[in-house]
Amino acid sequence: MGSTLGATLPGLAETAPPAHSSPAAAPLVRTSAAPVLQLEGVSLSFGGVQALRHVDLALHEREILAVIGPNGAGKSSLVNVMTGLYRPTQGTVSLGGRRLRQVPTARLGRLGVARTFQNLALFKGLSVRDNIVLGRVNAMRASFVEQIIGVGRARRERIDARAQAEQMMDFLDLRAYAERPVGDLPYGLQKRVELARALVARPRLLLLDEPMAGMTVTEKSEMADFVRAARDQFDTAILLIEHDIGLVFGLSDRVVVLHHGSKIADGAPAAVRQDAAVIEAYLGVTQQEAA
Amino acid sequence: MSDFDWVFFAEVLTGGLLSGVMYALVAIGFVLIYKTSGVLNFAQGAQLLFAALTFVSLVERGIAFVLALLLTLAAMILLGLAIERVVLRPLQNQSPMSLFMATLGLSYVIEGAAQLLWGTQVHALELGIADTPLQLGGMMISSFDLFAAATAALMVTLLSLFFRYTRLGLEFRALADDGFAALAVGLRLPRILAAVWATAGLIALIAGLLWGARLGVQFSLSLVVLKALPVLVLGGFDSVLGAIVGGLLIGALEKLAEVYLGPLVGGGIEGWFAYVAALAFLLVRPSGLFGQRAWQRG
Repeated sequence: MGSTLGATLPGLAETAPPAHSSPAAAPLVRTSAAPVLQLEGVSLSFGGVQALRHVDLALHEREILAVIGPNGAGKSSLVNVMTGLYRPTQGTVSLGGRRLRQVPTARLGRLGVARTFQNLALFKGLSVRDNIVLGRVNAMRASFVEQIIGVGRARRERIDARAQAEQMMDFLDLRAYAERPVGDLPYGLQKRVELARALVARPRLLLLDEPMAGMTVTEKSEMADFVRAARDQFDTAILLIEHDIGLVFGLSDRVVVLHHGSKIADGAPAAVRQDAAVIEAYLGVTQQEAA
Repeated sequence: MSDFDWVFFAEVLTGGLLSGVMYALVAIGFVLIYKTSGVLNFAQGAQLLFAALTFVSLVERGIAFVLALLLTLAAMILLGLAIERVVLRPLQNQSPMSLFMATLGLSYVIEGAAQLLWGTQVHALELGIADTPLQLGGMMISSFDLFAAATAALMVTLLSLFFRYTRLGLEFRALADDGFAALAVGLRLPRILAAVWATAGLIALIAGLLWGARLGVQFSLSLVVLKALPVLVLGGFDSVLGAIVGGLLIGALEKLAEVYLGPLVGGGIEGWFAYVAALAFLLVRPSGLFGQRAWQRG
């Protein structure tokens, strides 16, 4: 197959060595537990436009799964189905073994899902620390009166949230910026703050929507390291939507490729990058033409 | 300049600053709501009148001071919650002008209801603070003004502690900073907004009692909102600190203008000077002293 023109995708040669994605480095141990996230036969249409066609997808514990695809492939639709913004026309989404027709957006946090946004959703006027603490609000239960008096549960939760935020700042190297308003930080750091805020909730599933968009090359590789470290340290399953396919192949355990709303490939990065259908989708040429 | 009476000047200035604190109190009520709900709540004045009228009427019916205070507080919190739930929540995502018009209409409804409930006559409100002038370094300072300023200062301190050190306070600041991000991290907005409106009710109660004791409890009490507007223009609509500084500035400016400019134009400046000052200020700094300038990417 090496003889076929374009047997590897453009831009892949100079990306990170596949050591990261090799099964040895990140064993794909399938526990008997249900997948953290599972999509079964999900279709979505808007009028005549078919945004997703019968997509099956499963994300297991401790797995980093990347969803890639050309523009208009259905990546955003997929995220919106997973976060409950859209209700699939057909099919179901299961979170932690619970099968849902539509994901309750407001309760995502309590279902163990945290996410970051393509265009950031940070509190620009608040400090880095406050932003990260806010990632824990779903874990806090103290009532209004308890907070006013500031004892017992309210106090414990406050101290706990602070400690967690400190820990996360150490983990993501944000300590130096703790008191700075997020809006003053460079874009790459803001992205990291958003990752910290998502991680501090200790999610079972972390959804990263184009975590490296708009970053410099250095920032991108740092972010990739942090994502990997987050999985290793917190045992989080990570689903990442990314445009930069080069980085994705180095970072993920498994890659799913969407094209025109259908899943055309699902497998280890090494296999997917050789996949004829994937190459065709990205290069827009058929195998025959290429050969 | 040797014939300039500095003691008199200081006395006028202090009097102005103290009344400015009372403007600030009303303005803070505006800012809280504006920052979180994005509404310029014109009904704040009516809420204030409602609080004062309810309290006075309860006291006149022989209910003990503290009990009347608690009952009124409960009524104000309920009123705030009801406004948020019945009027503003159904209008979510409407234009700021629609929201403003809704609160304008609401202010008439509340004023009408208050007078339907408690009658239209003027009441005197006695808080038990004798308004005797105090001698301070040669100046005569109203002890009531001092009391009012201390109350307002205490209120502001408690509020800022609340915002700094409680989770709800942090959630409030988050919502005020970015509504979309607040939704994104799963903040329960209805709960926060309910707390905000309840707090606005509390502020209206305190402002209502202080202003009611000063001006008498009557229909025109609701017009003190009009005095809060120049304060907000000066300080910025979305800054609590701005409301305080703006209130002090407006209070001081209008008293000084009345005393020193008044005689030149035949007096009566105090009523409108604040608006002229605000107008002039708008030309220079449209977002106010501490207001957030609109973020714009080049």
